[in-house]
Amino acid sequence: MSYTIEGETGPWELVIGLEVHAQVVSNAKLFSGAATEFGAEPNSQVSFVDAGFPGMLPVINRECVAQAVRTGLGLNAQVNLWSRFDRKNYFYADLPQGYQISQFAHPIIGTGQIDIELQDGSTKTIGITRLHLEQDAGKSLHDQHPTKSFIDLNRSGVALMEIVSEPDMRSPEEAGAYLTKLRQILRYLGTCDGNMEEGSMRADVNVSVRKAGEGYRTRCEVKNVNSIRFVMQAVEAEARRQIEVWESGGTVEQETRLFDTGRGITRSMRSKEDAHDYRYFPDPDLPPLVIEQSWVDQLKAALPELPDQRRARYVRDYGITPYDAHVLTLEKETAAYYEAVAKGRDAKQAANWVMGDLFAAINRTKTSIAEPPVSAADLGALLDLMADGTLSGKLAKEVFEVMVETGRAPGLIVEERGLKQVTDTGAIEAVIDEVLAKNADKVAEYRSGKDKLFGFFVGQTMKAMQGKGNPALVNEVLKKKLA
Amino acid sequence: MSLDTATVRRVAALARIRLPEEEVARVQGELNGILGWIEQLQAVNTDGVEPMAGGNPEGIAAMPMRDDVVTDGGIAPKVLANAPDREGEYFGVPKVVE
Amino acid sequence: MHPTDFTIAGAVAALEEGVISAEELTRAHVAAIEALNPKINALITVTAEHAIEAARASDAKRARGEAGPLEGIPLAIKDLFCTEGVQTTAGSKILDGFIPPYESTVTAQLKRDGAVFLGKANLDEFAMGSSNLTSAYGAVLNPWSRRNDPDARLVPGGSSGGSAAAVAARMVLGATGTDTGGSIRQPAAFCGIAGIKPTYGRCSRFGIVAYASSLDQAGPFARTVEDCAVLLRSMAGHDPKDSTSADRAVPDFAAACTRSVKGLRIGVPKEYHIDGMPAEIEKLWRQGLDWLRDAGAEIVEISLPHAGYALPTYYIVAPAEASSNLARYDGVRFGLRAAEKESDLRDLYERTRAAGFGPEVRRRIMIGTYVLSAGYYDAYYLKAQKVRALIARDFREAWSKVDAILAPATPSAAFAEGEGSDDPVQMYLNDVFTVTANLAGLPGLSVPAGLDPQGLPLGLQVLGRPFDEETVFAVGAAIERAADFKALPGMRAGA
Ligand SMILES: [Mg+2]
Ligand SMILES: [Zn+2]
Repeated sequence: MSYTIEGETGPWELVIGLEVHAQVVSNAKLFSGAATEFGAEPNSQVSFVDAGFPGMLPVINRECVAQAVRTGLGLNAQVNLWSRFDRKNYFYADLPQGYQISQFAHPIIGTGQIDIELQDGSTKTIGITRLHLEQDAGKSLHDQHPTKSFIDLNRSGVALMEIVSEPDMRSPEEAGAYLTKLRQILRYLGTCDGNMEEGSMRADVNVSVRKAGEGYRTRCEVKNVNSIRFVMQAVEAEARRQIEVWESGGTVEQETRLFDTGRGITRSMRSKEDAHDYRYFPDPDLPPLVIEQSWVDQLKAALPELPDQRRARYVRDYGITPYDAHVLTLEKETAAYYEAVAKGRDAKQAANWVMGDLFAAINRTKTSIAEPPVSAADLGALLDLMADGTLSGKLAKEVFEVMVETGRAPGLIVEERGLKQVTDTGAIEAVIDEVLAKNADKVAEYRSGKDKLFGFFVGQTMKAMQGKGNPALVNEVLKKKLA
Repeated sequence: MSLDTATVRRVAALARIRLPEEEVARVQGELNGILGWIEQLQAVNTDGVEPMAGGNPEGIAAMPMRDDVVTDGGIAPKVLANAPDREGEYFGVPKVVE
Repeated sequence: MHPTDFTIAGAVAALEEGVISAEELTRAHVAAIEALNPKINALITVTAEHAIEAARASDAKRARGEAGPLEGIPLAIKDLFCTEGVQTTAGSKILDGFIPPYESTVTAQLKRDGAVFLGKANLDEFAMGSSNLTSAYGAVLNPWSRRNDPDARLVPGGSSGGSAAAVAARMVLGATGTDTGGSIRQPAAFCGIAGIKPTYGRCSRFGIVAYASSLDQAGPFARTVEDCAVLLRSMAGHDPKDSTSADRAVPDFAAACTRSVKGLRIGVPKEYHIDGMPAEIEKLWRQGLDWLRDAGAEIVEISLPHAGYALPTYYIVAPAEASSNLARYDGVRFGLRAAEKESDLRDLYERTRAAGFGPEVRRRIMIGTYVLSAGYYDAYYLKAQKVRALIARDFREAWSKVDAILAPATPSAAFAEGEGSDDPVQMYLNDVFTVTANLAGLPGLSVPAGLDPQGLPLGLQVLGRPFDEETVFAVGAAIERAADFKALPGMRAGA
């Protein structure tokens, strides 16, 4: 059953499309040689080009074009060998040239599509309308002075990819899953770091509502939403607002709105009340962007493995479940970690440890997979100690906790704390002889057919050995002695 | 096509040029004079003609591309040197209400 | 011989032979500027001290055997070229006090080759004009005057009016200009000197205050065709900082000036015979064709069917680009800011731009804003781009029949301040013969070729194929030799 919101007049469907601005990973800006690093001193990463000085001219950065092409390929999209930059004209404090260089009529990437994964295990295909390259604007600071805003142009001219989806999403969950998947693809490709807190990815969310079977009604654009959670909240809040407007006999006006994260509502952007007329026209400072198919082919051949491919490979080669494969490939760092652990080992066991003990430890220690509390090499070594019988599963859990606490390698911990499993048959026989002697009555019961007592003898033996007995050997010796 | 006074005011506003009310009529006259003269272009048959966007006389140039190397920036004092209102390392403008 | 009477080629030879030092040459020109600039107002900023220092350095370089091709040659720079550490105004109040922290590529190359800059030349505000009357720094006086009306204040043409007047009055040996619709060729003709707009992409636009980016092109002024060729060789060349700069070798243009025109086919566009053209212009044009025929060229009538639409096309394309290019003058990062205490940002923009831009600039920004605005783009801007394509195609077809085209440079000789300047459209007609070359991106050279009945100079214009400035120089030099233009303006150094 598809997602709807129940209004007074019955159920409403949601129609959602996203425009995502993703900052391109590059050393220098799109049209100037200034750096792109986050968090630099104000106006320290600004060239005269970025500051819109008289006589300054743009020259494009090849790597930014390559990143757009890679992204287009990752989105299964059409790469346009001929594209063009237009100027989008408007006045704003942090737009030094008085126009943004963007691609309006002829974007570098045309239609494409990606599959999103939903909670119920199903997938859905979302259409990509286009991807184009454009310049970012600078930043205005409003809280530094009682009557002034301060302008920092460090971001001005940084390359952005604007990725526009088709209005194919029908629920907050789908919007969230789309943004999650998009972010995942960009991060796998290395074309955007996906860091939403630093503003490397911002979403404009287009929302409208309708009754089943209707065409589209008027949509509103909720600007600059900066987390996946907020996108989902903004979709719902805006849809509910529109339903209320329609149901109270009003009409939704097409407008730009902001999501107030504190109050969980959207509100109209008063400062943008001017009727916009961007007067797009081809930038006369820039000839058309013409690229070779052979270059596109080269970039394609060098693309890294993408999430969908990697997930399929895990299911195929590691024999883990599709769900586990999905979880392990969400972040490319997780996937890399998992592969390091799984390589040459029991892949299912590796998956269980990564998704279970490791994830729990990350949560508990508030660390991340990028800087994990236990390295992949150490976790692999721990798995090896289980495989060669040095550690039982139970002991391994204990050792893992010590690894989290101390950061030490499992071998050292086993050594130091004497946790090594006893695999000396003689020693085990001695302990078992003692246990059997102490429990002669139970031995008699067992021998008269009470098979269940076998577990009791195992437990007593392990207890006597402080858990260090090799379970397989203990079993083997017990069976022999009780026979 | 000729501009009415509302359009003249809108164009001035779009261009961010203050146009005092007493000048609207004069500017309207001038702009309409120019646009009326430009109107003669409508007589040219341009069916199927590809528009010429840039200035390249051979019409075949493609955009040159530079390497992704940091070669600029680190010149905040120079960038800020001509500012009518410099606030430390920032440009100052009247407070913008979002 | 007075040092201000040198040609550039002659001065280079004299410096090389030690007949004169760069410092002497510069001092003579500084004196000429001091005497004449208060009247002519050709230079907005005079950099005499800098220049003398630079001249001394030039002498030292020459002594060390390191002289560049323009070592010690005094020039004026149109105040549209950004010059590091020297105020650059673009003829506008909105850039008052703007000191660029960078140098334009063209001026950097001239400096590299040893040129000495005496100052920044006056111009129409943001290069928008054909009279130099729109400059916020006052009108420039044409050094020539009418025989029977010597007190009439004649305009030098525009927009590079200060550059042309400075060269004509012998305040400098040469100057840079820019030409968007005729802004080198028309003032060259009005001031009786030579000037060339090279092919679009030949000179870098980096560091030149933009007017209309797809039309703007830098070029030189000098008193001879050969001097223009010498200057252009230094100014031209590929610049990776300008994406529209042509990646082509720069030929020895001066060598082309001595080439024969024998066997060249010279086109005469029939559409250039416009209604109401003064008889002396028609006569001069015929004379020019005769000179070329006598030199062995073949004269071929051609047709440029859309040339008649060039002016209205230009007055859509140029203002459209300008409306966007001039958006950066907003009172935030440089230049003028006009704001009241209680101004919000929008009010600051509107006041700054109303106070900082003169009426012609405001007019063109508004026209440009309008033709790009929603609902009008197709009817105006897109239409103009298509007509522009047709104009360029007309020329491409012509090049299959001819090697160069000869036409008048202007529809009249220099006019007086106040004559016909109240109607913008009337003013725009000045560019009727020059603007086609900008739309098609072609090289065009203006050569002084005769005098009108008032004793004012008239110019002929040679147009050529893209990147074939050499043929243009060859034809221009042939006209120069035949015309043997010796007349001098009344107002000049050494007079
Ligand atoms: Mg958007
Ligand atoms: Zn965008």
